[in-house]
Amino acid sequence: MDMDTLLQYQWNSMMPEFTILLTAVALSLIDLFMNKKKDRSLLIWLALAGIAAAIVFLFLQFDDGVVSILNETYRLDSFAKAFKFLMLIGTGFVLLLGVPDESTSVRGEYIYLILTALLGGMMMASSADLITLFVGLELLSLSSYVLVGIRKNNTLANEAAFKYVVNGGIATAITLFGMSYLYGLTGETNIYEIQGLMGSDVVTDNRFLAVFAFLMIVVGLSFKITAAPFHMWAPDVYQGAETPVTAFLSVVSKIAGFAIMLRLLMVPFVFAPGTREVITPDGVNYETLLVSVRPYLVLIAVLTILIGNVIALRQLNAKRLFAYSSIAHAGYLLVPLAALSELVFDAVWFYLTAYLLMNIGAFAVIHVMSAEEEVTVASFAGLFKRSPYLTIAMSIYLLSLAGIPLTAGFIGKFEIFMSALGTEPKRYLLVTAMLMGTVLSYVYYFGFFVQMYFRPSKHQTPVTISNGVTAVLAITVAGTVLLGIFPSVALTFIHDHFQFLEIFNQ
Amino acid sequence: MNDSFLLTILILSPLLGIVLLSIMPGDHRFINYMGVLGTVLPLGLTLIVFSLFDRSLSGVQFKEYHQWFELMTSISPNEPYTVAYDLGVTGLSVLFLMLASLITFLASLTALRIKESAKGFYILFLLLEVGILGVFASENLFLFFLFFEITLVSMFLLVGKWGGFNREKAAFSFLIYNGIGSILLLIVIIVLFVEMRTTNITELTMLLKDTDSLEFLSGSTRTWLFVLLLIAFGIKLPIVPFHTWMVRVHVEAPIAVVMIHAGVLLKIGAYGLIRFGVGFFPEQLKEMAVALAILGVINLLYGAFIALVQTELRSVLAYSSISHMGIVLLGVASFNTAGLQGAVFQTISHGLIAALLFLLVGVLINRFQTTKLEELGGVASQTPLFAGFLLAAGLASLGLPGMSGFISEFLAFLGLFEAMPVIGAVGVLGLILTAVYMLRAVLAVTFGERRTLFDNNRDLTAVELVPSAILLSIIIWIGVYPQVLSNTLQLARTLGIGG
Repeated sequence: MDMDTLLQYQWNSMMPEFTILLTAVALSLIDLFMNKKKDRSLLIWLALAGIAAAIVFLFLQFDDGVVSILNETYRLDSFAKAFKFLMLIGTGFVLLLGVPDESTSVRGEYIYLILTALLGGMMMASSADLITLFVGLELLSLSSYVLVGIRKNNTLANEAAFKYVVNGGIATAITLFGMSYLYGLTGETNIYEIQGLMGSDVVTDNRFLAVFAFLMIVVGLSFKITAAPFHMWAPDVYQGAETPVTAFLSVVSKIAGFAIMLRLLMVPFVFAPGTREVITPDGVNYETLLVSVRPYLVLIAVLTILIGNVIALRQLNAKRLFAYSSIAHAGYLLVPLAALSELVFDAVWFYLTAYLLMNIGAFAVIHVMSAEEEVTVASFAGLFKRSPYLTIAMSIYLLSLAGIPLTAGFIGKFEIFMSALGTEPKRYLLVTAMLMGTVLSYVYYFGFFVQMYFRPSKHQTPVTISNGVTAVLAITVAGTVLLGIFPSVALTFIHDHFQFLEIFNQ
Repeated sequence: MNDSFLLTILILSPLLGIVLLSIMPGDHRFINYMGVLGTVLPLGLTLIVFSLFDRSLSGVQFKEYHQWFELMTSISPNEPYTVAYDLGVTGLSVLFLMLASLITFLASLTALRIKESAKGFYILFLLLEVGILGVFASENLFLFFLFFEITLVSMFLLVGKWGGFNREKAAFSFLIYNGIGSILLLIVIIVLFVEMRTTNITELTMLLKDTDSLEFLSGSTRTWLFVLLLIAFGIKLPIVPFHTWMVRVHVEAPIAVVMIHAGVLLKIGAYGLIRFGVGFFPEQLKEMAVALAILGVINLLYGAFIALVQTELRSVLAYSSISHMGIVLLGVASFNTAGLQGAVFQTISHGLIAALLFLLVGVLINRFQTTKLEELGGVASQTPLFAGFLLAAGLASLGLPGMSGFISEFLAFLGLFEAMPVIGAVGVLGLILTAVYMLRAVLAVTFGERRTLFDNNRDLTAVELVPSAILLSIIIWIGVYPQVLSNTLQLARTLGIGG
């Protein structure tokens, strides 16, 4: 590759990534040369400025068509833009949560590791090649491992980080194992090339290997989105990590996981032959692979929903409870995929938006409360008497998580139900699982209501809230309610700017 | 498309009270009165709707239509699913609106006694009213569901915070049962939505009647949709065996809330069953009429027998409600004009009677701090007015001619005997039992020996007397002049059934 080819590429399509990369590098240098005693909150504001700039660049790209550069390994399509947008917003919230007040301080490495993790997530959303995809995945994972263990002297944090690394390593290995079969079958690492080669005779003869590759990749990637069977790490890690990091893992990292999952499962395999023979007008043929593996996807979704919701019922620690709740939500998000619904991109994107708002909000409340003690469900007792506004905010997040109308969560859930019931044949199993999950979730979400409104409190003083958290609370509450009452804001936004089907085009 | 904005104003009118309450300081002397005032405005507006409602016209009136949002799929972006904000009333819903705002107003008067965080109580109370009014004014299933969930959340908080000793358990029991019901309802709504591409109730009723629609929704699909609907509203009604939550709420919730719960909220079950069950799936209903009638008889007899052995007045009334709702089921199952009219009459009439009975129970709790039958007795000598009203309410409940209970039960059984005489004959047994348990309970309270001496035995005060008198006079009015309901109802037109 010579200089001319390099210069031909539309580098400006990578502007958001460059911005984040430059900010991260600059912050690490500033942190290095800054007086050790000096307060690091300046770095947070710089990082936020970087994210704001990246969002602006992303907006400028919104109406461009598909751009792919670097030998088709990097690809900017609507799908990538939509997911990057969510990740940038989510990381912005996480950084705001970390803004220290008088009594706390912030570490420099925390800030730029969040940014590198974000960079990994953005690469995952945009890569069109197994190699870049994997590099993005590892960048996100490695940064997250360090973030979880950043409190060196905390036993829980150490345990969490160790579990996360080991589990993450296993999951990565399984993903890579699945990818190696893809490469073996087609001799290509570019997923769009693979898509084209999937119809070939070699693949048709070895179609069981393609199915195997698919399932390995699903299992490996289920780690990032905390779906069964790789959900076990979540409660320990969520509990051990600092709350902003937990919020990052449960939202941004999960969004990145869904981005990679949708692209890697939908694109290469869309034309691949499945296992069962079907008789078509042109003779005997094979059904598509996605149809063949659908039962396994359904199984994963149903298990994830039920495990998350059932175990959440017995949790006393608030962060563990929200870990299981986030497992359950991952299950809901898998429903459109498992239903192979035509609504899949719209439904997942909208639900992730709603999930981002309500979950970051809930973790912001937990973050506020964790200043005093280990946050259990019982720590919420009498919160209404202490801090009514905080309680009302929490109530809105909980109602949204439970899927009560007039909140974003309801519209999201409605769309997911539509996706499962709007496809032929209707996916009753998925619907039943979601139904049971939702009713179970009422028990633990409304359990907070019992504490906050009905029970007396041990403390009388109001909870102190830093300015950064106040901003997060205000925006997320407004967003949750706004998207619940005027969902068309987001729904038309999707349709004006994103053509999700671009994802399939070469 | 939009006749007026009256219904929107009506639904949102309790919000004015909520806003005023939230800016008042929590310990203000007039906070309870502000709460009561908050329910006056919706009552007035309902009266306007009720009197402006043109009884000579058929179909939906006071229509409002605004597109709310569209769900577009990536694959077929040109055929969006449109969800609309869609209000309107029929003869059926206008009656329920009237019932709802009247009982809410009267219940708010009995809540004047509430001392502990009255501000929060009235805010939630008014929010509950928004939900109830919205349920009856929706012309759209999506909106119906939305308002239904508002009642769910506000009731949960009202029961859990201001209820009796086991309030949290009652609140959860309420939440889980009704949560299951509401999600089953949501599934029915979504299936109808994806297949018929509309959630407008009148449109759906028309579309589903058309045989062409069998292409989208086969007979078997309809059958299970109907069953889901029956369970969803059966939980609300309640149909035995889904009744345990309702007994808990009746016993634990604060009296003002029980008045609304027994008087209006349970009636959403009957309303939904008649409006959607009969309206959308008449064929399926006819097929399952016998099963439904048997369920009705079970409700009627089970409720009556259990009520007979209760030792506590609130439980007697709770099981009596179950028993009376059996008659609604019987009326629906008979599926003729008399039967359906009986079902609607019974729903309205029982709403009024239950509200009156619980209002009087509230007086009992206030004066004597007990509702146990064995501790009460002989209150007639000191509180003759109270005893008189209790007796009258009891008589109305057991269906004394000249009161609303009689005409409703008469019509329902008239329909039933026409359709299923055998089941009708068994059902009549229940009516006898009603007389037995009702008189047993009422007489145990009013007459007989005084078991305990009570310090406070003031008779009905003005705040208690006026609502009781209003309710009783409406009960008698309907009893002697039932056209007041049937003129508005115009059942055949509303549901579009023959006969």
